[in-house]
Parts: sequence; structure tokens; C-alpha cells
Amino acid sequence: MATLAAEKTAGSPGPAAPEAVVVRFAGDSGDGMQLTGGQFTLSTALAGNDLATFPDFPAEIRAPQGTLFGVSAFQINFGSTEIETAGDAPDVLVAMNPAALKVNLEALKPGGLIIADSGEFTRRNLEKAKYEANPLEDGSLARWDLLAFDISALTLEAVKPFGLGNKEALRCKNMWTLGLALWMFDRERQPIVDWLHAKFARSPEIAEANIAALNAGHAYGETAELAGPLRKTHLDPVPSPAGLYRTITGAEAVSLGLVAGAQLAGLPMFFGGYPITPASAILHHLARLKEFGVTTFQAEDEIAAICAAIGASYAGHLGVTSSSGPGIALKGEAMGLAIMTELPLVIVNSQRGGPSTGLPTKTEQSDLYQAVYGRNGDAPLPVIAARSPADAFECAIEACRIAVQYMTPVILLTDGYIGNAAEPWKVPDPAAYEPFPVSFLEQAGEGGQVLPFERDEKGVRPWIKPGTPGLMHRIGGIEKHPGTGNIDYSPVSHQAMTDARKAKIDGVAKGIPAQEIALGEASGRLAVVGWGSTFGPIHQAVRRARKKGLDVSHIHVRHVWPLPENLGELLAGFDHLLVPEMNTGQFKTVLRDQLLVDATPLTKTSGQPFQIAELEAAIAAFFDGIPGNEGGEVDADATQLPSPQAVNP
Amino acid sequence: MIETTLKDWETDQEVRWCPGCGDYAILKAVQRTLPQIGADPAKTVFVSGIGCSSRFPYYIESYGFHTIHGRAPAFATGIKLANPELDVWLVTGDGDGLSIGGNHLMHVLRRNLDVQILLFNNEIYGLTKGQYSPTSRIGTRSPSTPLGSVDRPANPCAFALGAGARFVGRGFDVSKNLPDLLKAAHGHKGAAFVEIFQNCIVYNKDVFNDFAVPKGAEDHQLWLADGEPMLFANGTKGLTLDRDSLSLEVVDVADGDWQAAGVLVHNAKNRALAHMLVELPFGSFPMALGVIYDDPRPTFESAVAEEREKASTGRDTDLAGLLARGQTWTVSGTAQDPV
Repeated sequence: MATLAAEKTAGSPGPAAPEAVVVRFAGDSGDGMQLTGGQFTLSTALAGNDLATFPDFPAEIRAPQGTLFGVSAFQINFGSTEIETAGDAPDVLVAMNPAALKVNLEALKPGGLIIADSGEFTRRNLEKAKYEANPLEDGSLARWDLLAFDISALTLEAVKPFGLGNKEALRCKNMWTLGLALWMFDRERQPIVDWLHAKFARSPEIAEANIAALNAGHAYGETAELAGPLRKTHLDPVPSPAGLYRTITGAEAVSLGLVAGAQLAGLPMFFGGYPITPASAILHHLARLKEFGVTTFQAEDEIAAICAAIGASYAGHLGVTSSSGPGIALKGEAMGLAIMTELPLVIVNSQRGGPSTGLPTKTEQSDLYQAVYGRNGDAPLPVIAARSPADAFECAIEACRIAVQYMTPVILLTDGYIGNAAEPWKVPDPAAYEPFPVSFLEQAGEGGQVLPFERDEKGVRPWIKPGTPGLMHRIGGIEKHPGTGNIDYSPVSHQAMTDARKAKIDGVAKGIPAQEIALGEASGRLAVVGWGSTFGPIHQAVRRARKKGLDVSHIHVRHVWPLPENLGELLAGFDHLLVPEMNTGQFKTVLRDQLLVDATPLTKTSGQPFQIAELEAAIAAFFDGIPGNEGGEVDADATQLPSPQAVNP
Repeated sequence: MIETTLKDWETDQEVRWCPGCGDYAILKAVQRTLPQIGADPAKTVFVSGIGCSSRFPYYIESYGFHTIHGRAPAFATGIKLANPELDVWLVTGDGDGLSIGGNHLMHVLRRNLDVQILLFNNEIYGLTKGQYSPTSRIGTRSPSTPLGSVDRPANPCAFALGAGARFVGRGFDVSKNLPDLLKAAHGHKGAAFVEIFQNCIVYNKDVFNDFAVPKGAEDHQLWLADGEPMLFANGTKGLTLDRDSLSLEVVDVADGDWQAAGVLVHNAKNRALAHMLVELPFGSFPMALGVIYDDPRPTFESAVAEEREKASTGRDTDLAGLLARGQTWTVSGTAQDPV
């Protein structure tokens, strides 16, 4: 329901306060839009609104100024109800230049508000954005409310007393814009002022200039309210469970979850990483947490990063590595060694778009095959997927637990969207998590024999740290004897070891929670089955469809390999299964393969998350096509028709 | 210091190298060295990549990790960072260490991880049946180069110095001096790189015979010792520096008066000299062997531990506190109180 009520927002007269608003800040990649968005997010969280964000930036660090491909945007959906997606169509678009307007205009809701910096709509910038005429003047924006004024000039005026150069002064534009946004949504300026003081502690004049710009933007709102379409909108706080809250991104949540997981296991953590978008944020976060027993190692390449992590696990640490698709591909052989030597390891894949370099800064879920099937030999390992930034914390702990309890590498899938997006997070109490302390083997078996590959009832081998007296032994990637681990390529041994490795990973399913229903009944006409970051849009779409009377449920799978033991039975209770994913149908294949169910794919590979409306329409279309449709048609918003490539039922 | 004998370092595993392989001699040299340095089998770890040489850990009664092709330095880095107390030996070959694993070898040397790196150089790929390797001489005929190889070989010791190694030594499989060289490598705190010429009797037989056989050894081997003059051929020849060309030169030494002949005294801390010694073209010069360079610097694992220590001192290590870092707010009922 997050954006249903958003038609009545800033710009529309009338006293009704909206439940939720979607605002998109768009500008040049050098305009500081991600910073503006981040600070607006913080103020929104502090105001008690629920929220979800979607940073969308180009792969180039500083693309040529004013160009279409250099546009950087930050979208936030916030409101007085539960928010689970970054919202579909923005209600408000802040466009800092013509290129930002051009790239983002199509997404804007009809009747939505455009705030544009007219000072940047120069002939040169219009040309760069491939506009033949100035859209602010030629009437082409008539479908929307337009508020255009010279933000650049107003900013320069506001920061004049601080004697900055023209270039530096113009850098304060984003704070001016933020000030205006804070006014529009009735927000406190003080937290931002505090943040600016802290950020520019070494150059107070820059801090003061930014604060002046912030205040000027805010004051401008009050003045403009009288004259134009600008309205102040207040959104009530969301009634959330009592407790302490903060905002968190997926990358932060993964990092904290790994730290928590290592502590629950009673182990120091070793993190091997190599810079790659969008996974580097995890390396950056963990590098600052050395006091929690974390060693971070920026390796010479992706392969060395995982190999060092395996070496650390071998020596008794919890080894962790993290990357994105291309880096994960490089780590494949080493994963096989961790499987073969049965050492614990957590591998985080922050998925991005496409094969090869693909879309480094965009999101996709297309590494599922790679995670589940992508290694040489029969090389099974557990795969779990986080559904939101906050959920990534829980999933990271779960990955650590499975890794040490089953002596296996575990892949944790997140994606660019989860990694970068922020949401409010009720700070958990670490004491609420059950510890899973590791015990290393310290004594040889009967007769002093060392059996590194002797299995317990779960099929798990002991963990023996080098340095332990009397337990010297050799391990490696060559096939081995089932007990001693000595090199043994005999047919009997390879069959026995292959079976044992598979049985162990299959057995992980016995130790994971049963699959629950995220929304709706446990049986019925249609189940929408998702995994990963599609949770938000699926959940909202199913909620809307159910409101319209459609018999549809939402099932969201965290443990994608092995699947929860009850999943087959659960899915059998539905006439039809719809599997939306940001790839060409990978989880659909896993479901068909493992459960022999008729799963229908709904796929999207545009580098953008699903919109609620796309999913809603797909659900509706599904019911339209089924005889005995109880639900009838769903009247999708004409502006939110699913993109043709997105729907593939 | 733990008292052990050579026998204590032998495993119950059947050694699977070809009969007559140089690896046997190196294995014995290592097993002879370990008791001499007082090594503790429980605290010793042999890490290897893939190839004939990399089977080594299976034959040493200590902890052993036979990893994947070329990556042993990366595994060793993780092991050593996780537990700096462990005495880590890295066994690699010319293909494993300089071809597929060249990048890792470079970085483990640059970082100066405290490990002993034994690179068995047989100038051929043995386990894959005889293809030419990155150290094979130009013209090497092999299954993949039936007309002879055309690319210039890499020089392992020069590579190591170039990568920033602080210890570079050179020996060969059957040399009686090998245990002493290994002891020196072990005594060096930091990455110690030892190139060991090794005779592959099946695919590249006797390519080191020019200097590695007893006959004529004194004329073709220059055993270096820190503080000692660089003499060979029973003291009748030595190396001197030609100041005009800034290069080493062989000079005759009359009546043992090496000073008069201007023979250089080896200084293992002289990096420029080390570069010249590893680059000497064999033939017109003897093969420089022994400890070529030894000048320790702080190790990687100690720097990492120090940094972690420094970053941790006085810092709150309460997990609940960590989770609640940053700007937070409290919800009590529906009231919002920023904190």
C-alpha cells in the first residue's frame, strides 16, 4: 500500500496527508545527490517514518558533466505506513540539470512535482542532454507541476559571506536542495547541521557555508509556498514496535551480521577481499572493526582473497570472503577446495547485472545458477539469500552458523540493491541469538589414529587446527580416503566421498527452519514465490491483489540450497506458482529441478528492481487467464504498466 | 626447540615421485634440516600448490595443506595471519610459482610474510607430462613446443628480488650444502625465497649437469657466504667489480692473494650486488649459490597484528554497542525521541 495514497502529495491541493511519498533526487554524478539522499534518509528516519531507498548511480566516478550517462539519482519512499520498496513512480523529482530531468522524467507520476534548477538549463547543458528547446519553457512539462528557479544563483547568494570560490560555492547546491526538501516534509534541520559540523570539522567555513545553503533552501520553501505549487506535507510517524532504531544498508548489515556470527561461533574472523563494485562496502566496514577480532586482508586478486580466507579457516579462524559476480567466478576453484577439504567459509556475493563486467552499479539476481551449480565436479554447498538490508544481518549470522556446524563453505547472496539501499532497523539484542560455539578436535582417536575425515551423525568431519599436538595430518584437493584423508583415488573412495559430501549438504535442510508463508494462506490459487531482494515489491503487490479479492499468497525463500524440507508440500497446496526474479528464470529452474513443480517465471533484467505495479499486473493477468477467476480484473495504474520485457508469464 | 630425528618427519605415505627424481634429495634435505632447527611438528605447516613438487606436504610428518595450482602463497598468508606462531613452509615449482601463481608469489614476497618459500625449478612441467615451463631455456623441445620454445625464460631469483624479497638463496637438489641454505632461510625472519634446481629425470634430464655434477663443480659453483671473498675454482678465481661497466668480472687469483686481485667480499645486505649475482650468465660465470641476499625487514603478519592491536586499544568491544552505532532513535509506543 505504500504508494497507493501518494497521488495526494506535495503539489496537490487538499488537506489529506498522504500515507507515503516517493521523492527522487537526480543530478550530475558530481552534484552530491547520493549524499543529499543519504542525509534526507536520516532525517526521515529520525522523524519516525518508515522508509526504503534506492541509490541509482552510474559506473563512472565523475562522468563528463551534464551528460545523460552521468546522471546520478537517489530515490526514497517514506511514509506513515510500512514501507518495503523504494517505491514505483516518484511523486517529486528534484532535477539539478537538464540531463537529470530527461533521464528521470518518464518515471514521474502524472501530476507529480518537478523541482528544477533553472540556472543549469543553459544552452550548453540543454545540448548535452539532447534537448532542442528548454523544457522548462516550451510547455512540454504540462502534465506535471513545475517549480523552476535558479538554485545555483540562490546558493551562491546564500554562501557569499563565506568567501568561497565559485566552484566550491556551487558544491553547496545539494545542501540548499536538501534544505528545501526538509521544509517540504516538515523535518528537523539540526541533525544535518550536526552532521555538517562533524564532516567539515577541519574546515569550519565550508561547514558554515553548507549550513547557510541548507537554511536558505529551507527559508525558500516558506516563501515559495505562498506563490506556487509547493506545499508543506507532514507524514505521521509509523507505529513501530518499541525499541532502539537506526538506519542500515545491506552492506552494513552483512558486516555486522558477520561480526555477530563470528562471536556466536566464538571465533576470530578473517576477511579476505578485493575491490569490486558493489561488494567493496563490506570490506570497508569490516576494516574499521578490528577491535572485534576482525582481520581484514585486501588481497592481490579475488582468488587470493578466498584462498587466504580458506587458509585462515584451516588455521582456526572463521574465514570470510566477499565479491560480486565476476569475482565470485574467479573464486570458483578455491570454493571447490573448501568443499573438498571441508573447511568452513562464508562467501558473500553482492550480485550485480549481466555477465562479464555487465552493469557494475545496477542490481540483478542472475548469479543463482553460479552459486548453486557453478563449480567443477559435484561440488554442493549451501546457498542463502537475504531479502532486505535488515534481513542481511540475520542471513549473515545464519551463513556463519551453517559454515561452522557443517564444515562447509556457504554462499550468502545479496545484491546491489540490498547492499546500497537503507532502511530503518530495530537494533537487535545480541543476547537474543543462540550461540553456536565451535569445538576443535584436540585428541586423537583410539590407538592414537588421526582421522580428519571421520564423520559424526550429521556427516560432519572434525575441525583440527594446525598447532594441536599429536594431530598432525595432511589435507588437500585430491580425492581422499574417507577416514584418514590420505590420497585415495580408488573407485570406492571417490564414490563414498562424493556421496558423503552430497549427503552432508542435503542434511543442512534438516537444520533450517521450515518455510513459512510471508503473506496469505498456506494453500490456494496462486503463490508468488520469490527469493532475495524482490521481497518488498512482491509483498506489496500480493497485498494489493489480496485487497482486491485475489486468492494469492507470498512465499519468500531464504534457503535456496538446500531448500527447506517442507517447501515441496507447501507449494503443492497451490494451483499455480509465479516466480518473479531479476534474471531469466534461475530460481524457477531450481524449483522445477528439486521439486518437480510447474513454476511460471516472471523475469526482468533491466538493472532496476521490480516495480510493485509490474508484479500486480502480472498477478492480475495470471488470474485473467485462469478459468474461474474469482478476483476479476485489476485496474492497474495506466502510468505503471509493466514494461514488456518485465512480464513473461 | 623440540628434539626430533629425521625419522620423526617421515610419514607413512608411499612417496610417489619417479625413481631418481631430484625431489627425493630435497625431501631428505628438508627432513634433515627440521631436527637441526628444533622444529616442532605440531607447529609446522607445509603448504603447496599443484605439481610434482607440491606433493611434498604428504611426505612430511607435520601439518600439511596441498592446495590449488599457484595459490599456495595466498593460503599461507591466511594461515600465518590467523596464527603467526605457526612455522610455515611453502613448496612450489617453476610452473606453479612463476606461471599460474606468479602474481601470488610476487605479493607474498612484497608483503614479506614470514614463510620459507622453496621453489623447485626443473625448467619443465612434470606432472602434466613434459610441456616447457616459464623457466625453460629458449629452444626447449616439448610436446607443446615440438620445434623448440621461443620465449625467454624467467629468472626466479631475479623475479624474487624484483618483487622485494628480503632473502634470496639458491641451491640444487643433491647439494650437500642444501640443509645449510634451508637453515639460513628459516633463520631469516620474513619471506625467504630459495630456488632449488631440481633434476626431472623423465622430462628434462640433467639440464643442470653443467654445474651440478661433482666433476668440475669447483669451477662452476660459486658458494656465497656473507663477509667472505667471492672465490671459486679452489680459490684460483674470484669475482671483481669492473667500475667502468658497473658489472661483475671473473679475475684470476694468484697465490691465494684475492685482495690483490680485487676480489669482492660478499655482503648479503647489498641489494645491488644481489641483483648482479642472480643475473650472472652461466658459462662465462659460475652459478651463484648459497645465501645471495639476506636483509630482514618487519614482517607482514607482525605489522597486521600491531595495527589490529593499535586499532583495538581502548575501543569498546561490546557487540550491542556496535549494532547501535550511528544516529539512532527510540520508539516508545508511538512517540519518537531522537537520541
